[in-house]
Amino acid sequence: MFKGPTTIRDHSFEANLFARRAFIAFVFVLILIAVLFINVYQLQVTSFDSYQTRSNDNRIKLVPVPPNRGIIYDRNGVILAENKPVYNLEGISEKIKDLDKSLMALKKLLDITEQQEKNFLNDIKHNRRFKSQILKSRLNEKEVALFSVNQDKFPGFRVEARLARHYPHGDTLTHALGYVAKINKKELLKLDAENKSQNYRATRFIGKLGIEKFYEETLHGTVGSEKVEINNRGRVLRSISFTPPIPGNDLVLTMDISLQKAAQAALKGMRGAITVLDAKDGGILAMYSNPSYDPNLFVHGISSKNYKALLNSDRPLFNRVTQGRYAPASTIKPIISVLGLEEGIIDEKTTIRDQGFFQIPNVKHRWRDHLKWGHGKVDIYKAIEKSCDTFFYDMAYRLGITKISNFMAQFGFGDLSGIDIHEETSAILPSVEWKKERFNESWYPGDTISIGIGQGYWSATPIQIANAVNILANKGINHPPHLVSVAKLNEQLTILNNEEKPPIILKDNNHWDIPLRAMHNTVQKKSGTAYKAFKGHTYDAAGKTGTAQVVNIAQGEEYEKDKVKEKHRDNAMYVGFAPFSSPEIIVTITVENAGGGSSLGAPLARKIMDHYFANKAAEIAGNP
Amino acid sequence: MNPLKHKKTIWDKIHIDLPLLLALIVLLAASLFIVYSAGGQELPIVFRQLKRLGVALLIMVVLAQISPSTLQRFVIPLYTFGIILLIAVLIVGVSSKGAQRWLNIGITRIQPSEIMKLLVPMMVAWYIGKYHLPPKLKHLFIGFLLVMLPTYLIYKQPDLGTSILIASSGIFVLFLAGVSWRLVGSVCAIGAISAWPLWTYGMHAYQKQRVLTFLNPESDPLGSGYHIIQSKIAIGSGGVEGKGWLHGTQSQLEFLPERHTDFIFSVLSEEFGLVGVTLLLAAYLFIIARGLFIAVNAQDAFGKLLAGSLTLTFFVYIFVNIGMVSGLLPVVGVPLPLISYGGTSMVTLLAGFGMIMSVATHKRMLVHT
Repeated sequence: MFKGPTTIRDHSFEANLFARRAFIAFVFVLILIAVLFINVYQLQVTSFDSYQTRSNDNRIKLVPVPPNRGIIYDRNGVILAENKPVYNLEGISEKIKDLDKSLMALKKLLDITEQQEKNFLNDIKHNRRFKSQILKSRLNEKEVALFSVNQDKFPGFRVEARLARHYPHGDTLTHALGYVAKINKKELLKLDAENKSQNYRATRFIGKLGIEKFYEETLHGTVGSEKVEINNRGRVLRSISFTPPIPGNDLVLTMDISLQKAAQAALKGMRGAITVLDAKDGGILAMYSNPSYDPNLFVHGISSKNYKALLNSDRPLFNRVTQGRYAPASTIKPIISVLGLEEGIIDEKTTIRDQGFFQIPNVKHRWRDHLKWGHGKVDIYKAIEKSCDTFFYDMAYRLGITKISNFMAQFGFGDLSGIDIHEETSAILPSVEWKKERFNESWYPGDTISIGIGQGYWSATPIQIANAVNILANKGINHPPHLVSVAKLNEQLTILNNEEKPPIILKDNNHWDIPLRAMHNTVQKKSGTAYKAFKGHTYDAAGKTGTAQVVNIAQGEEYEKDKVKEKHRDNAMYVGFAPFSSPEIIVTITVENAGGGSSLGAPLARKIMDHYFANKAAEIAGNP
Repeated sequence: MNPLKHKKTIWDKIHIDLPLLLALIVLLAASLFIVYSAGGQELPIVFRQLKRLGVALLIMVVLAQISPSTLQRFVIPLYTFGIILLIAVLIVGVSSKGAQRWLNIGITRIQPSEIMKLLVPMMVAWYIGKYHLPPKLKHLFIGFLLVMLPTYLIYKQPDLGTSILIASSGIFVLFLAGVSWRLVGSVCAIGAISAWPLWTYGMHAYQKQRVLTFLNPESDPLGSGYHIIQSKIAIGSGGVEGKGWLHGTQSQLEFLPERHTDFIFSVLSEEFGLVGVTLLLAAYLFIIARGLFIAVNAQDAFGKLLAGSLTLTFFVYIFVNIGMVSGLLPVVGVPLPLISYGGTSMVTLLAGFGMIMSVATHKRMLVHT
């Protein structure tokens, strides 16, 4: 079948031809191999650094590690806010043997809702097989125990503990501490704008209110990171290095939880506020606004049912201590007396004849005293002890609004107290300018009269009143009120809020002493308005009662027909301090629509002071 | 030939070319280590590769025993049978990964296009070798048809990589046979001109995508450019000395795709660096040089053309694969010869070397025929 060529083949010619072609081919091969080599050389030598970096970027990931939030203590080291483990039941898809069977059995063991199961299955489906997904969050201790005993029956499932904020004293401290909750979108944008989002990469909670919000930066700490090696699916293979997070500062408050609890107990069933200041440094020993609410409800997101319950007419969310605007009423009579003495309008011996009302010359209107028939002959002592209104109508009339307004501003009225929480209002210290701006009306002499007894346009927050009384009791020394005294990181202490404001200096120190003595008499003398409430006390208290007519405590309440009567009742007020010679504590009481300060305010103050001095005595006895 | 000058060694008697065998053994041994590293460090994969190597080496030795003249006797029926199988693949073939390449013959599945890698150069070498060299235009034309028919059938499967290899093997025969340079020049010109219609009408969407990605891989770093980018990172980050065996992060952490098959060169480059690449290229160059040496010293045109074509096709494997994984060429599914994991191409390649060895060791017998 092989048909040879017709002519004779020239074998050497053909061999030469082939050899030439093979040689040319080999040269081509050499050139192309050189091309390959040069290309690889460029990758491995010329661009080595860049590719090495890209290779490391591929495999090395920084996993942020959240810092532990600082713990909040009261002045005696009692924990007020802590980080407690929360237990979640989680499952890792690739380790679960029989998903359907496991879920069936788990549902029998624990209370797992349809929704939880649905979410879990969805999470498993849409995430990497090695990622842990939550089936049921926040297990209680019984559930944890129940699962742990049966754990071997559920391969791939486990209970994971995560730290979350917890407030062991519940509603006792809410208006001071505030709370943390999950970071929302708005807060994320704000963190971005402040260049803080890097530090919050691993953080889930942020301070929303109170101290938790005000001291967010101090409490939060600095994020740490773990350098890990990952594969192309993001699975962590090993840890390369670890930079531990720096925990947030612990905070030590000026508050005393035991006194705070006493304040809560005292206000039970009432709407109102109690503030106790440390007279030595302005530290807040207690501040309680009733009604309150449990901050723990908010940490993991409050249910709408629970939230609706908080929106009742008693307004538990409202911080009365710093946001409640009340007429200060007679509690400011001692301070206005200081001004009267300083201005020479009155002296220790000045008396008036009180026939039950005050009249501006040539004006018909009568400003009535609370005692219809009048107090008779009244000097400054009697005027404060018995809370004579007419005396102060007269003095205010003669002082004029501008002097009163300027002087009261020095005591912090009409301005934020500077307390270290953001929820505060400056309330209203009226002045000619204020009225012009607010109502576009001139100030009438008649407007000044009721200012003399802390009524009229004047409103103040309980913390402002407490601050003013503190300045008075300390004879002009001004320690602004505050909640936090020390920030603590490891053993390093930072003292906070120890600055003093410039003191109020009078021409004559006696101008402090006379009204203070009168306050002493109010409690000590049988004729004083607080005598009855403080009968038998042992710590030499001084004080002043107040009964505020409710004209406008309107902070947006709705008009509720069946409550009208109650809401028109007077607010009971009391301010006091003890011991008289060297004040330690300042106590202020405000009870809404309760009635008289003498019968309702003073007894509450007594309870607080009794508690404070009993504790102190016990402490001294305990540490001889 | 003077029997005194060339004493027959034991290797000649068993028709094995020792230098070629040694070079092959070195590369194959190296491949076992690289496959172990690239295959997730699992011994079963290495054992499977070892088993295939054994089979492939056996086939090589068996083919080396068959003299070129015997091969020529069976080339027409074999080629015809191969073409029939290729047509059968297109009609009743088994699909895998979007391409129809396999034929199910009951016991096992075969890939006819692999067999054609040997049969096409054989067929063309026989046909062209029948006549005087350089070939006449008529013979060239028929030879060209013998190449293009299987090339087209394989391209239709579609399997661009294999069709390129088969076309090259045939074209190499024609080139080595001494086609005039004028013709070579005009064919190149026509090829360049026909690139446009080929791009517009002749290519599948995925093939076009590969070419586009090749031109600018960074344009789609998470999509189709991902493979090339990761491969270049692997090669580049290997540096001069490499990251060490089993320590290539790109490969061990699975950022590299197809790391034990088509992209095994990247694994080698990452773990052994430029040193490893240089040694590999040197080994390849030695094999090619030896193959061409055998071809030049072959005693008849068929042997020369067959050995030369198979050697040069071996080089096309190398160039296309390394060019692809290092970003010089578009992604075309061609394994790295003798190193990549996988049985089929290994068998075909070693069978080819068996034929080259046969050409090298059957000279005297040819003379006496």
